[in-house]
Amino acid sequence: MRRWILKHRFLMARRFTQLGILALYIAANAYGFMALSGNLSSSLLMKNIPLSDPFALLQMFAAGALLGANVIIGGLIVSLFYLVVGGRAFCSWVCPMNMVTDAANWTRRVFYLEKVERKVWLGRSVRYWVLGLSLILSFLTGIAAFEMVSPISMLHRGIIFGMGMGFAAVLSIFLFDVFAVKNGWCGHICPLGGFYALLGRLSMIRIKHDQTKCTLCMQCKDICPEKQVLSIIGKESGMIVSGECTNCGRCVEVCDDDALSFGVRNYIKKNV
Amino acid sequence: MSNLESNKIVISERRKFLSLMAQSVGLSALGGMVWTGYLEEAKSAPLILRPPGARLEKDFIRMCIKCGQCVEACPYDMLSLAKPGDHKPMGTPFFIPRENPCRMCTDIPCVPVCPTGALDEMSVSTIKEGVKELDIMKARMGLAVVDTESCIAFWGIQCDACYRACPVMDSAIVLEYRRNARTGKHAYLIPIVNSETCTGCGICERACVTEKAAIRILPLELAKGDIGSHYIRGWDKADEKRLEGVSTDVTTHTKRSDKSAQDYLNAVEEVSK
Repeated sequence: MRRWILKHRFLMARRFTQLGILALYIAANAYGFMALSGNLSSSLLMKNIPLSDPFALLQMFAAGALLGANVIIGGLIVSLFYLVVGGRAFCSWVCPMNMVTDAANWTRRVFYLEKVERKVWLGRSVRYWVLGLSLILSFLTGIAAFEMVSPISMLHRGIIFGMGMGFAAVLSIFLFDVFAVKNGWCGHICPLGGFYALLGRLSMIRIKHDQTKCTLCMQCKDICPEKQVLSIIGKESGMIVSGECTNCGRCVEVCDDDALSFGVRNYIKKNV
Repeated sequence: MSNLESNKIVISERRKFLSLMAQSVGLSALGGMVWTGYLEEAKSAPLILRPPGARLEKDFIRMCIKCGQCVEACPYDMLSLAKPGDHKPMGTPFFIPRENPCRMCTDIPCVPVCPTGALDEMSVSTIKEGVKELDIMKARMGLAVVDTESCIAFWGIQCDACYRACPVMDSAIVLEYRRNARTGKHAYLIPIVNSETCTGCGICERACVTEKAAIRILPLELAKGDIGSHYIRGWDKADEKRLEGVSTDVTTHTKRSDKSAQDYLNAVEEVSK
């Protein structure tokens, strides 16, 4: 049991923050406990500190909106926060869609779907194209393009304010991730993840690899939702520098040889 | 022979890169087309009533970040965010007056919480002695419109439900007395909406006794016309002001007027031909 907890410590911490944040939002909407009100698009922390989704703001600027100061300050606060903790920490520690796609991944593992399915090719860079496309379409149509179709927003808005037909969108993401492409949504298509990957390129908190301890068991690569970021495993010691790493910590906890850990990046030395 | 030749073509890295880019652009074009089609349809839904202080629909829809803080601030839970399946622009706040109208709180809790300014505090404020004060009477969420055919007051039945429910009583809705010629001894008490004071709160629609409300709130864009500057109430000094700043020499150009007889006969090119 102790060992199980140790092997899932970051996973449990992530579920705690993901559910905790949703619980605070629900408490604000349903019971008027205003510690964190609004939703992941924009919210108010402790009735005073604005927090806003910087990617939504970017789309709104592209759509030609002149926005209030509050929401811009909120966007800056969130951007700075993820600049430090790793852009895609949002994806694995906050975004509720992560629970859906993790469930899809778990289903894949249980049924060994990997072994039988026919591979569908989908590039990891699709998200950047979707990101660019959503900005262009925002500009052309005068409305934040991804925000109108985002299944992430449908999910967190749905959980806090009422789901409607939003569950259909969430279900389709789940089915897509289970049967079509592994990590299809979060790892390939989602432009919000793409945005945070770009934002987090220089972030401070990163996964650190110690090659001398590595036994090349490759458990980390099996569990990682963004395998391509682990290219240095077993080859050299250093930091996982790719912005696409979500800092989920799964590789750290599955490693039996203590070769992976969270670390703070040293900007002065090269390749760290 | 030709097969052999084509095998020799060296595909450079640059060519690979350019082809990948072109492929992605091609896919984006297809995806973008579908996506744009949805967006254009979704934003052209004008039959929606917004919270007080909302900007014009086309500005509102680009400024609203869909955070729902106005929804949370409303003490009467009258606002909701459009869910998938509501057939309204996704995630934006709206209300349905027949179900839950705006109670016109004097402190307008829903407006100052808006982080983006999609709900414009200035539009529902008056400046009194240099101090900005919220004033819900300035809200224009829509306009009450009476369907005279289904309103029973127009039959001669005495019903002043909307008149009595109206928070801007005897101003936004007034009762007009007319003689009922059918009975010869009764009066019609007819509700007349005044667009200058109606805030569009929808309490009248909620109060209406008919099965489907005979007085309904419509978005201003749909409910109101625009006179323009061709017609002025000459007997009204205030209305004359609308002429200020309007160019006095208004000529209408049509395909015909371009070729009016005079121009045709006197046009230099035509004569010289």
